[in-house]
Amino acid sequence: MLARKEYEEIERKVLCEERLSREDGLRLFACPDLSWLGALADYVRRKKCGDIVYYNVNCHVNLTNICTSRCKFCAFGRDAEDRGAYAMEEADAIHVVEDAMRDPDLAGLHVVSGLHPNWSFEDYLSRVETLHRRFPKLYIKGFTGVEITHFAKISGKSVEEVLRLLMERGGLEAIAGGGAEILSDRVRGELCPNKATAAEWLEVHRTAHRLGLRSNASMLYGHIETMGERIDHLLTLRKLQDETGGFQTFICFPFLPANSELGKTVKQTSMFDDLKTMAISRLMLDNFQNIKAYWVMLTVPVAQVALSFGANDIDGTVHKETILHDAGATSPRALSEDRIIRIIREAGRIPAACDCNFNIIRKYA
Amino acid sequence: MTELESARKKAMEGERLSLSDAMALYDDNDLLFLAEAARRAKERASGWRVFYTVNRHINLTNICSSNCPLCAFQVEEGDRRGFLLETEDIDRILEDAKNVKNLTEVHIVSALHPERPFSYYRDVVRQVKAALPQVDVKAFTPVEIVNFAKLEGRPIRAILEELQQAGLDSLPGGGAEILSDRVREIICPKKATTAEWLETMKMAHALGIRTNASMMYGHVETVQERLEHLITLRELQDETGGFQAFMLFPFHPAHTKLGEEYHLRRVGSWEDLKMLALSRLVLDNVAHFKAFWVMLTAPIAQLALGFGADDLDGTIGEEKIIHAAGAKTGTGITKETLKRMIREAGYEPIERDTFYQEIREEG
Repeated sequence: MLARKEYEEIERKVLCEERLSREDGLRLFACPDLSWLGALADYVRRKKCGDIVYYNVNCHVNLTNICTSRCKFCAFGRDAEDRGAYAMEEADAIHVVEDAMRDPDLAGLHVVSGLHPNWSFEDYLSRVETLHRRFPKLYIKGFTGVEITHFAKISGKSVEEVLRLLMERGGLEAIAGGGAEILSDRVRGELCPNKATAAEWLEVHRTAHRLGLRSNASMLYGHIETMGERIDHLLTLRKLQDETGGFQTFICFPFLPANSELGKTVKQTSMFDDLKTMAISRLMLDNFQNIKAYWVMLTVPVAQVALSFGANDIDGTVHKETILHDAGATSPRALSEDRIIRIIREAGRIPAACDCNFNIIRKYA
Repeated sequence: MTELESARKKAMEGERLSLSDAMALYDDNDLLFLAEAARRAKERASGWRVFYTVNRHINLTNICSSNCPLCAFQVEEGDRRGFLLETEDIDRILEDAKNVKNLTEVHIVSALHPERPFSYYRDVVRQVKAALPQVDVKAFTPVEIVNFAKLEGRPIRAILEELQQAGLDSLPGGGAEILSDRVREIICPKKATTAEWLETMKMAHALGIRTNASMMYGHVETVQERLEHLITLRELQDETGGFQAFMLFPFHPAHTKLGEEYHLRRVGSWEDLKMLALSRLVLDNVAHFKAFWVMLTAPIAQLALGFGADDLDGTIGEEKIIHAAGAKTGTGITKETLKRMIREAGYEPIERDTFYQEIREEG
């Protein structure tokens, strides 16, 4: 690689597998040399993960968009009386999955929902339990640290009890990575004061990992956070991962400004920022195996290119994505498996369909 | 040193690449290496500057006798989707264009209308020049020029001279597709051949008319044919030096006979960026490379600035040809957006005229 003078030391560290510091991270964000950054992240990816790119054939189930949290960056959450507000009964949820089951390769469900003001933990639990019983072959990944914190609060149970019930009755096999946003109380105080704090979010994941339940992590960036806060967020995740090793993949979510309150004052990130953030995440999160290029947010063309900026996971076929499309995402609602395979192959990589714990279901060598 | 190592070394140092060098780099598929090498080539050619222009596209007609399988724009005469602009229509467009601040270029590209004589097209150039004397007229691809010559039974040179007298400043780069007769026989059998396209460009350059060049890829051509296309252009450029800019058109298969017949799909952004970088490296004697946001989408066009492009083209107004083929991009973009895209990529935005001269903004 061909680092400019001032980046030689960082490049040396990466090549020798030395850990990057907060200071290094900040300098990477200040680096204008996108292709060098990408090549460095790509080097790490190749060494650590080889050429396989993971995807899953999945269906998103968002049980309700009625939410007490009403975070400023969200275009999905609504009050009960708002237009477009919905709350699925068991039959509705079954219907969504049955529809997705028309794809014989459907492997699992991604279940993430609003914090409904009138639903008890049992309401969520019984819905997911029904899905699990009805579709026993589908894996269930779901519930963010934010939802689980909420369930513990409204039920008076501990986070551990909530997780155990979701695993035992709901068949939960992995926890979704959302709700991390930026793990800074300053940022959360401004954008999402009504939901899990940074400490609470982390505690859910720590507990899950202790119970042998693996989880994902994420970062929502490109709003009011500073570059320092982005780096601190990554370092916080890295520290917990050192402790537990339970995170599977990391997902960068660029903030989509359309249709949310915050979007009135914040403009969308540039592609340079998105790819830089992807590469820096790969470099800073040296103890994460997988980095996801989530096409729903990035758009398909950018997600494909992101495969050379450190990503080795392109998410899934995503039947019925709603949350981000409410936020103005212009990507299609779902991708066919063929298209995903083609996108990965064009990038010279090996497509592999996996379950929510990165077990390979089939591979197209 | 293996062939690949030697090709990589040449690419990074800006030495001329052979066909087999280019093929080795293509097969290697190291996207970010190509980006780095192409970005260096771009910075050697145009430093930290990235250009954009305030322009308008006019498509005079979509009624076409050529009937190319690659095209979603053309219709046959009598089709209710057909349109043909008359003098009054053009007047209206020009009146509107007069209000565009700092407009520097009008870009005119059209179908091969079966009946309109050459004088119609020549008069359009006169009309534009009369209404907007300070604006550069970039009009008619070699395919159209060859068509005029055939319609009139006159040599290409005479056609170009008459257009030049009418006020034509430069030729756009379209209609090159892939300069291989095997490919043209499949994708556009009735229009200008490889030799005719090249001959027109050569003649234009000899008359002092500068032109662009292009390549349309992602249909039935082989990778070798793409690379040979680039080398053909490079050879002509060595001879004349008349190409100002090069642009890539990824083939949009939707609504085309070619797409349907060959079950083609739009190549991915990976391929787009790879071809851009590789084109920059092979065409070492062309100064400017466009990332045309209409074709690529604005985000990928921005990213292309890290892959050797140094020109985001223009604000455009209303583009019809590519949108007919299913492009989902908007039909216009503001100058402020173009400038912001360039700055975010770490480059300096420069407003240019047709000839890449910097325009100083008025107040």
